[in-house]
Amino acid sequence: MLSRKTFIAAVAALLLAGSPSLAAKMLLINGAGATFPYPIYSKWFSEYAKQNDTVNFNYQSIGSGGGIRQIQAGTVDFGASDAPMTDEELQKAQGGKVLHIPSVMGGVVPVYSLPDEPKLKFTQAALAGIFLGRIKNWNSAEIAKENPGVSLPDAPIVVVHRSDGSGTTFVWTDFLAKISLEWKGRVGAGKSVNWPVGLGGKGNEGVAGLVKQTPNSIGYVELGYATNNKIPFGLVQNRDGNFVECSAQTVTNAASSSLAKMPIDFRVSITNAPGADSYPISTFTWLLIYQKQADPAKGEAVLNFLKWMLSDGQKYAEPLGYAPLPAEMIQLEEEAIAQIKLS
Amino acid sequence: MPKSSCLSWGDRLFRWACLGFSLLILGLVAGFAGELAWNSRLAFRAFGPSFLWTRTWDPVAEIFGALPFIYGTLVTSTIALCIAIPLGLGTAIFLAELAPARVSETVGFLVELLAAVPSVIYGLVGVFILVPVVRQTGLTPHGVCLLTAGIILAVMIVPFITTVSREVLLTVPRSQREAAMALGATHWETVWTAILPYARSGIAGSIFLALARALGETMAVTMVIGNRPEIASVFEPGYTMAALLANEFSEATSDLYLHSLIGIGLVLLGITVVVNGAARLMLYRLGHPAEVRR
Amino acid sequence: MSLALRHRVNWIALGMTGLCALATVSVLFFLLGYIAVNGIGALNWDFFTKLPKPVGETGGGMANAIVGTGKLLLLASLIGVPVGFFGGVYLAELGRGKLAFAVRYATDVLNGVPSIVVGIFAYVLVVLPMKSFSTLAGGVALGIMMIPIAVRSTEEFLRLVPASVREAAYALGVPQWKTLFFVVVPAAMRGLLTGVLLDLARVAGETAPLLFTALNNRVWSHGWLEPVSSLPVMIFTYAISPYDDWHRQAWAAALVLMILVLAVNVGARLFLPRRRGIA
Repeated sequence: MLSRKTFIAAVAALLLAGSPSLAAKMLLINGAGATFPYPIYSKWFSEYAKQNDTVNFNYQSIGSGGGIRQIQAGTVDFGASDAPMTDEELQKAQGGKVLHIPSVMGGVVPVYSLPDEPKLKFTQAALAGIFLGRIKNWNSAEIAKENPGVSLPDAPIVVVHRSDGSGTTFVWTDFLAKISLEWKGRVGAGKSVNWPVGLGGKGNEGVAGLVKQTPNSIGYVELGYATNNKIPFGLVQNRDGNFVECSAQTVTNAASSSLAKMPIDFRVSITNAPGADSYPISTFTWLLIYQKQADPAKGEAVLNFLKWMLSDGQKYAEPLGYAPLPAEMIQLEEEAIAQIKLS
Repeated sequence: MPKSSCLSWGDRLFRWACLGFSLLILGLVAGFAGELAWNSRLAFRAFGPSFLWTRTWDPVAEIFGALPFIYGTLVTSTIALCIAIPLGLGTAIFLAELAPARVSETVGFLVELLAAVPSVIYGLVGVFILVPVVRQTGLTPHGVCLLTAGIILAVMIVPFITTVSREVLLTVPRSQREAAMALGATHWETVWTAILPYARSGIAGSIFLALARALGETMAVTMVIGNRPEIASVFEPGYTMAALLANEFSEATSDLYLHSLIGIGLVLLGITVVVNGAARLMLYRLGHPAEVRR
Repeated sequence: MSLALRHRVNWIALGMTGLCALATVSVLFFLLGYIAVNGIGALNWDFFTKLPKPVGETGGGMANAIVGTGKLLLLASLIGVPVGFFGGVYLAELGRGKLAFAVRYATDVLNGVPSIVVGIFAYVLVVLPMKSFSTLAGGVALGIMMIPIAVRSTEEFLRLVPASVREAAYALGVPQWKTLFFVVVPAAMRGLLTGVLLDLARVAGETAPLLFTALNNRVWSHGWLEPVSSLPVMIFTYAISPYDDWHRQAWAAALVLMILVLAVNVGARLFLPRRRGIA
């Protein structure tokens, strides 16, 4: 049994470790939200901390729904979401006006787990049919038609979707609602929907994990999760009828048509964008930041990070499976972040 | 005990402290119930009691019903009990009747250790071992389903049934045993006809205790159940009330959504309190030493 | 039924109970063995000293989670132990009639509250007004979970002290509070301390209450008002992810947590002659 002195010393050490005085120099900025950009945010914060040792960023990937809710309540310093906040959601924000700052772009890809790991092509109707539960078997005609050389198993399709409030779900269902009237009427678009079929995984991580471990399954994740975990993903047919593979280039192509009429608050959907080589399920992902920063020290740290993100940060996008922001966007955003007031 | 007017200041302070902390406990429970009720009023106002039997859970259309989760919770708990009762009771009988005292103590302790294992570790083992095994059996293509959740819950609640039942069986007076044996009963017949019926209140109490634990279990369940708000067969993914709260609580952006979630928390709390209360009632009747009043 | 048949039934039934016992115990050993085998390979010096690496990169450790669990347990005991102790004292020494019954009933109810609901309560009570996830909120949630067990354990061990000890003190004119603190509690100290440790071991593994209170933290948490990482939450996060390295680390964390919990439980059993069960 520990001697009394050792015990007291241990407790004192723990208490000191917890005391704020030791940490007077180190600032902690808390953010939470989308799992879609989690890998790149995680990389950014780690790289930024190397250059700037007075600030640490703690980002928790709880899903876009969580990011919106926590920034509304003010329990985090910034939120993150791949689904822009609706007007009602903006009204509920307790700290005033919330700015949407696009951080990076990316695409949502259909990932699957099949023997031989083929590269499949999905028509828009096929994708909708699978997620509606209408197409129940892998070797059905609608899938086989576009994938002639591939031997599809005669097995039921196990659909995997998100169990939490997700911006990735919003992008996916936004796309499906645009290309399928049946989807639009029956399910609609949103961060959490009433899925006709499928299992729920928590976060992009949970869906990727489930798909990887469950044979004959199909799910949807951000491109980086597919490439970094070596999960095969398919090509999707775009508005012009071409089967496009998701990449930094094709995502950038999807964004290009929206640049001319970019709304001032950057809330825009770029799914099913025109363009021969546009990836149809692309999206911006936004950081949600209060225009009026309550804490000047934290506000300044966030502002400095944003400036770094818009300049040096973008080079980390492509290797991790995202697309850097177009130059025109960066310029518009630099004007936008100038609006942030440090009280 | 002397009247309070004769007490020293030390004793008075002491009594106030004890009373104060005890009232704090009462306050906490009242606070729980009140806070959950207050923060779920919108859901009950909007849906009324039909909230409990609506099948839809549609955040887009803002229609919320608790039925799929009540179903999932009850089904997984039932599966768990079906597996755990025979297993747990059988073990308890073995330990109380057949095993020599030292083996009984040691094995009894090992079973208690099972109860000490954190639930997230059960979840971890469930994800990497149980789910693939269930998938291999071919009963379900996914592996994650109500059945898997029920199995993992069974493993978690067996120690509760075993430990309490064993203690209860050990308190059955020898006279019962001797009477049955005097009539020529075999050992098993003695157990079945004389001992178990005598101990049935305590055994029932242990079962209710185990049930209460299974109802509230969150982590292990959400990792293996498939998280799908549907009423389907046990080989299909499902959802329980506790798992739903863990997954969706931090994200409900609309007020009605949040209140509906908290409403489900209230229902869960209500069911668990009732079951736990029933368990306590059955166990109190045995006059467990710590509960006997001075 | 013939005697021979009855005997056969007897042997089969009793044999089945033996099989049940074997099955139950082998589950425990299987669990421990699996965690040990998978966890040992992943335990290294980095695990205990380094912070987590960016998502998707291999390596790093859980140093912040280990310290975080320590801080949360410390805070939880600051809340759970006093309330549990004085509540247990009230029930053992002072309680009479309706109020004591109500307190006892409330303690039972509190014991039955699902851990996720405790987390929601702590979110509304601490996180929302403070506008921040924090170690404090996590500590409050865990502290609330500690209270019922602490009350019951305190009451039980105080009652075990024979009345003669108390009566001797009263006969010497010692006031009640002094009797309690200087005579009865020291006599029951072994049991009380063990009870506290077992209580801590139980809440050390709780994940659900921490999900919306302490949240999680990828870096060091300073002070008591920042989100903090903890072993159970890390296990959960890593287990459901697709990264193999994270799975490896989850097993290692599970092993560390298991060793902690088992050590306390085995130690308690050795330390105390006859410990009460889990109910």
